[in-house]
Amino acid sequence: MATTYDIATKHDNILKKGDVPIVAVNKLEKAFGSHKVLNGISFSVNRGKTLAVLGRSGTGKSVLLKLIIGLESSDSGSVCINGQDITGLTIDQMGIIRKKMGFLFQHAALYDSLTVADNVAFPLAHHRRDMSWSKRNDRVRQLLAEVGMEKDLDKMPSDLSGGMQKRVGLARALALDPELLLLDEPTAGLDPISSGEIDDLILKLQRERQMASIVVTHDLHSARTIADRLVLLDQGNVVIEGVFKDLEQSNIAFVKEFLKLS
Amino acid sequence: MSERVTSAASNESPVYLDGKTAYLPSFVDYATGLIDNLFEWFGNLGIFFWQVLRAAITPPYEWRELLNQLDEVGSKSCLLVFAAGASAGVIISLEARYSLTRFGATSLFPASLVYSVIQVMGPIITGLMVSGRVGAGIGAELASMKVTEQIDAIEASAINPYRILAAPRIVACILMLPLLTLVADASGLLMGWFAQTMVEPLSFYQFIESGFKGSSLHSFLPQTLKSSVYGLIIGLIACYEGMRTRGGAEGVGRAATNSVVLGSLFLILSDVVMVKLILVIF
Repeated sequence: MATTYDIATKHDNILKKGDVPIVAVNKLEKAFGSHKVLNGISFSVNRGKTLAVLGRSGTGKSVLLKLIIGLESSDSGSVCINGQDITGLTIDQMGIIRKKMGFLFQHAALYDSLTVADNVAFPLAHHRRDMSWSKRNDRVRQLLAEVGMEKDLDKMPSDLSGGMQKRVGLARALALDPELLLLDEPTAGLDPISSGEIDDLILKLQRERQMASIVVTHDLHSARTIADRLVLLDQGNVVIEGVFKDLEQSNIAFVKEFLKLS
Repeated sequence: MSERVTSAASNESPVYLDGKTAYLPSFVDYATGLIDNLFEWFGNLGIFFWQVLRAAITPPYEWRELLNQLDEVGSKSCLLVFAAGASAGVIISLEARYSLTRFGATSLFPASLVYSVIQVMGPIITGLMVSGRVGAGIGAELASMKVTEQIDAIEASAINPYRILAAPRIVACILMLPLLTLVADASGLLMGWFAQTMVEPLSFYQFIESGFKGSSLHSFLPQTLKSSVYGLIIGLIACYEGMRTRGGAEGVGRAATNSVVLGSLFLILSDVVMVKLILVIF
């Protein structure tokens, strides 16, 4: 296994192709004070595949995504990105790995003092300093066109609806051509039509870019539409993992209750 | 039967929660808790400072953001510092005139005003004004970014938030405070002279010559440069309080308040140490 020093000195293209899952979570535990949100969960995601993480509100789904991208540190267990354990890496070492990841936050987390175009350009301005101003603009337009926001370049985040902010957030997450996309409740707070549009957008991007994705959601319909596999969490544990059919055929009481009420 | 609870703070004194009896921590519990929090605060501040220092001295450097912050801290605080310095100059002038007249030493007025403004009032007034304006602004801005996950978004985009957010702000405070202190000194001396001239005419040339007579650059330079330390304190505490905020709007308010209060407090406490150091070294 490569050391943290190896990560720090490797070239940007650190995520090698191969048989290794792009994400492997092993016995992950996380508690906030006395409240344990993750109780030794394990799963993996292969390249080009989409995993949906389902569960009730407050079951640690968002925390799980933050552990995978390194915004939180686990109490025990490991997260491996393309075979490399990210435990204990510094911000700059983690930055090399994050360049190949995109994250869509639940409320988009757009930079409220920048325009839509500047929000999407932000990662490019920092990581692609070799890119000329005109090429960067073209790239921003292309990304916004992919999410249907090409006419809103000069708007501020406060001028946008929730769905529009998520589209811009998605464009920003795709700016560095990630190999792994993490989406935190992409349809939360949206009406059914907007939710459907976001789902269609995610499906289209998956087809075109062949990215691996982990989608955290409590929206069963959305998970069924976009995910290859699903994981259902309850009280910090994995209740069931598999395709949607496995959930439908499960005899576990919690799974039946979750499906019935979704 | 009422529930028997053993508190984590004091295993020796269990309290019955029967809806009537409330748990009151002993004074020792309170004092030790306070000391724990104090050490934790300083420890975390030290770790934060180290993270910022590492980010500031390793490339890539955020020159554009630094320029933005130099403008925000420096040029936008100029008028406020000028006004505060001018007011301080008038106050010192009136008070000094009264005291010196009482002791028959009015000829010492120019020197007393010059030394009071440049060595004491100028740096402190500048530090407190900037702590109020810039400290609160930085604390609130970063706290707002923290509670809306914008700082997490920056980090998720593989950009070091210490490098792009904290370092430019702290460096801008360090660089701008001495320059702002000069502005406060100039306005203080100018208005102090003006207040004196209203009572007893004295040419500005005579005032300056008399005030700076017998002094050299090292009489005033250390006191002006010590405001860089004020800038470090203001910037560091404001960034620290802002970037560790939790709790929504209430957290943002708390961060802004703490930035000003703690920044001002540590600024004055640091002056106690620096005054002695300057007297010893220079």
